[in-house]
Amino acid sequence: MNILDFMHDNFIILDGGMGTLLQEAGLKPGELPERWNVTHPEEIIRIQRSYFDAGSNVVLANTFGANCLKFDDEELTQLINAAFDNARRAKAESSGKQEKFIALDIGPLGRLLKPYGDYEFEDAVSAYAKTVRTGAAAGADLVFIETMNDSYDTKAALLAVKENCDLPVFVSNAYGSDGKLMTGASPAAMVAMLEGMHADAIGANCSLGPDQLIGVMEEYLEYASVPVLIKPNAGLPRDEGGKTVYDVYPPEFSEAIKKLLEKGVRIAGGCCGTTPDYIKAVAEKAAALKPVPVTDKNRSLISSYTHVVEFGPSPILIGERINPTGKKRFQQALRESDIDYILGEGLKQADAGVQVLDVNVGLPEIDEPAMIERVAKELQAVTDLPLQLDTSDPVAMERGLRCYNGKAMVNSVNGKEEVMEAVFPLVAKYGGFVVALTLDEGGIPESAQERVRIAEKIIRKASEYGIAKKNLIFDPLAMTISADTKAALATIEAVHEIRHGLGVNTSLGVSNVSFGLPSRNIITSTFFALTLEQGLSAAIMNPYSYEMMNVYHAFKALHDLDANCTEYIEYAQNLPAQVPAGSQSAGAASGTQGAGSPQGSGGKPAVSPLQNAIIRGLKEQAGNITRELLKETAPLDIVQQEVIPALDIVGKDFEEKKVYLPQLLMAAEASKEAFEEIKKEMAKSADGGGPKRCSFVIATVHGDIHDIGKNIVKLILENYGFDVHDLGKDVPEQTVVDKVVELHAPIVGLSALMTTTVPAMEETIRLLREQAPWAKVTVGGAVMTQEYADRIGADKYCRDAMETVRYAEEVEKSL
Amino acid sequence: MKEFLERLKAGSLTGNEKIIPIYNEYDKPELNRSEILRYAGFPAAVLRAQGKGKKDDSFCEVPTDEELARRLDEVIELAKGQFIYRLSYVCAKLGRDDEGYPVLPFEQHSDDLKKNLENCEGVIILAATVGAGIDRLIRRYERTEPATGLLLQGMGAERVETLVDTFNDEVNKACEDMGLKAHPRYSPGYGDLPITVQPDLLKLLEAEKRLGITLNASYMMSPSKSVTAIIGIG
Repeated sequence: MNILDFMHDNFIILDGGMGTLLQEAGLKPGELPERWNVTHPEEIIRIQRSYFDAGSNVVLANTFGANCLKFDDEELTQLINAAFDNARRAKAESSGKQEKFIALDIGPLGRLLKPYGDYEFEDAVSAYAKTVRTGAAAGADLVFIETMNDSYDTKAALLAVKENCDLPVFVSNAYGSDGKLMTGASPAAMVAMLEGMHADAIGANCSLGPDQLIGVMEEYLEYASVPVLIKPNAGLPRDEGGKTVYDVYPPEFSEAIKKLLEKGVRIAGGCCGTTPDYIKAVAEKAAALKPVPVTDKNRSLISSYTHVVEFGPSPILIGERINPTGKKRFQQALRESDIDYILGEGLKQADAGVQVLDVNVGLPEIDEPAMIERVAKELQAVTDLPLQLDTSDPVAMERGLRCYNGKAMVNSVNGKEEVMEAVFPLVAKYGGFVVALTLDEGGIPESAQERVRIAEKIIRKASEYGIAKKNLIFDPLAMTISADTKAALATIEAVHEIRHGLGVNTSLGVSNVSFGLPSRNIITSTFFALTLEQGLSAAIMNPYSYEMMNVYHAFKALHDLDANCTEYIEYAQNLPAQVPAGSQSAGAASGTQGAGSPQGSGGKPAVSPLQNAIIRGLKEQAGNITRELLKETAPLDIVQQEVIPALDIVGKDFEEKKVYLPQLLMAAEASKEAFEEIKKEMAKSADGGGPKRCSFVIATVHGDIHDIGKNIVKLILENYGFDVHDLGKDVPEQTVVDKVVELHAPIVGLSALMTTTVPAMEETIRLLREQAPWAKVTVGGAVMTQEYADRIGADKYCRDAMETVRYAEEVEKSL
Repeated sequence: MKEFLERLKAGSLTGNEKIIPIYNEYDKPELNRSEILRYAGFPAAVLRAQGKGKKDDSFCEVPTDEELARRLDEVIELAKGQFIYRLSYVCAKLGRDDEGYPVLPFEQHSDDLKKNLENCEGVIILAATVGAGIDRLIRRYERTEPATGLLLQGMGAERVETLVDTFNDEVNKACEDMGLKAHPRYSPGYGDLPITVQPDLLKLLEAEKRLGITLNASYMMSPSKSVTAIIGIG
């Protein structure tokens, strides 16, 4: 019998702890348990047989750590094959009468993925794939991914299973006492991602006892439409006479499990500290219960690596600002791969209160698939908001979906067969919540009825790919009323029909409605209010518009979606005192305070207001004053006469130890704020960025992932106007050289934090001398000293950012 | 630990005891603001000078730079709830090889550690972490607001060191009660004890499973605010 058929009407009893029993049998600390498949098969068989005897339906083969990071290919295959031989022997020899299955057990690789660790997502997928293929060939009935404490790692493992076998797959995560995975995911977030990728059962194991996992299990049961599993520890470990003992015994353990089975959990076993006695008690309790049927919870969810956003109960704001359309400064950032600017747009929108970020990086002259992957990865390293991947290129869409750490929103499909056939398979594979535009080969229908008809067609087509209605959200398209004054009425009606007639979520890019009219925000925000009243579930919008945010907060308060009006009150209290009537935009979220001279004139008399703001690290003031100055002064004059002298003062104070690193950085932040205003102004003119100083290639060397020092140096160099090309961290030697050659850069900065990575620095310098002999190399980092620098052949050791600036100036002068 | 120290004192440790890691979750230790500043690049001497006039002549808790003080408050607020305090340790009898080098449950050969562990009969080996939450925050801020990023770095370092200090105080106290002496703790990367001992040390402590600590190819720990250390007891 297939385990999925069996699971349909029955509880599934899993096995219990393995590690503890192996330790009792003599496994030493640090010894790899998988080797025992070959060296001590009788011990493995004995333990697994006792689980089958106790009533386990599923016993995990002893392959938890069997992966190519720990074993070479030959040994890996040998150990996995032996593991299945042992498990089959145990199954055959057991006296248990129940249905019995053997699972390929997959635990974490033991390497944390980027951005927190140094391991590549795709390398993890490949590593897991090897184990999956070998286990499937060895005769596994199912795959059991377990004890995963990172959502990204979990995704890598599940993707490897899906791409390399057709076996059923159960996925279990290890939660901390805060009810989250170590890297931050909530149970609901895991449900959204794992269901999207078609895991057959999901749940939690290890870390805690059954009682401490009740909250986690309740969240699973609330959101999951697939069977939920639990495999907890025998309580918490504690020290008793120098031994670790667990504090929950079989009677209480099985009683706690029984309560969870009554709530709807369908699959149960034990983890650390549990033994066949625990499993026997659980099996007995389960035998007296009737399984609760698994139902579709019908919730429309997307997720980030930490949390879910649900569509339906309350309107969702999707920030539209990560999009080059009509934005010169953003286009410039894309062309220059100025990722920090793009990240800044994401973070500002998050601060402004959006729940989802739209990500559109399509520009004719850039490699969109590569850019969307890069931006998605960078964004999910700095913000926990879920992303809406916005591209018409299916290749770019797949790149984005694959690397996304969660369940993404997909923007978009429409009623065209060709588009649906390109996008729906991607959603079926990676999961996703799809924006569907109600247009097709015939264009955008004028009437609401025709748009609803297209929506119905899309729903049918999606179901052919196994994509349910709950994973679709329709955009019935807002058209400008300046061309046709009936346009808004059709859209409003379509929103109503789709939401209430078809029972599917709706979204709009609301701002189109006012195109071509003056004071557009008045029309747009009123339209937003009207469509919300018809049941609009989400809007792609500009969160810097007060009018839009006003409508959003007022609507929620009026619709009983804001308990005690708490959110509204907080919003209202933070509104600036006077919003100019018909204002176009609130500008950057941080720019809401009035400009003016700094309070408390602590600065020296010779120092101008902008310089004072920079020196003291007052970001908002620096931005505001710069904006004012730009009305009368040329951008480059501000740089020359204001910003650079201010930086020089701080730089000198730093060198003379009158101020310290935090203050230097605060000044740098403030000057960056000023520069951002200046760049905005210059992007308006044809020449774009304006003249720059010489180029400077900077990188943290291969193998080194700590880059705070390098980032500081980069920031200060940029402030001084150098054309800094930051290659990031853990940069392969040749990559540095290639960039230096490409730019014919006169100067290179290399950073290393660890003694273990200094050899990589030495090698980089050696290659530079060969292939880019003109380049001067300066080195820095925690372990660096003058002596070290001399030994590895660097031109210069710079102790800190200011020294690097001085050296770069010196090199530039000598050119 | 108590039983271990008693047996150590009585000289009845055989070296054949089973080494099983003990795992603890701690409450939030008290925050030390001047330590945050120190880790963020403020020299201790400056902090001490600014703190003059306080009773016990302690480090300054509030920097004189108002904007910096405000930023520090912001950072502390930002990091609220982002920390877990987990520690795992083992106790072991300390053996010696023919040349007098310490024999520990993980392989090493270090003159400096040998010196640190002089006259010790036992060791406590530990790993501690304050979790990945602070790393996420640092990521969030280090590029867009580097000063905030730096202060968060400082706070992470302060948190994990204070956690280890808390445990270390317990060890010191327990030793004192028993008339034993705990030596200053020693970590891989100090002196000639290389960080390449980390894989074995972490495995011994079941640090991946218990604490969520993993190593990268260069032996750096993730979460980055994690510490491993050895405390000699004699």
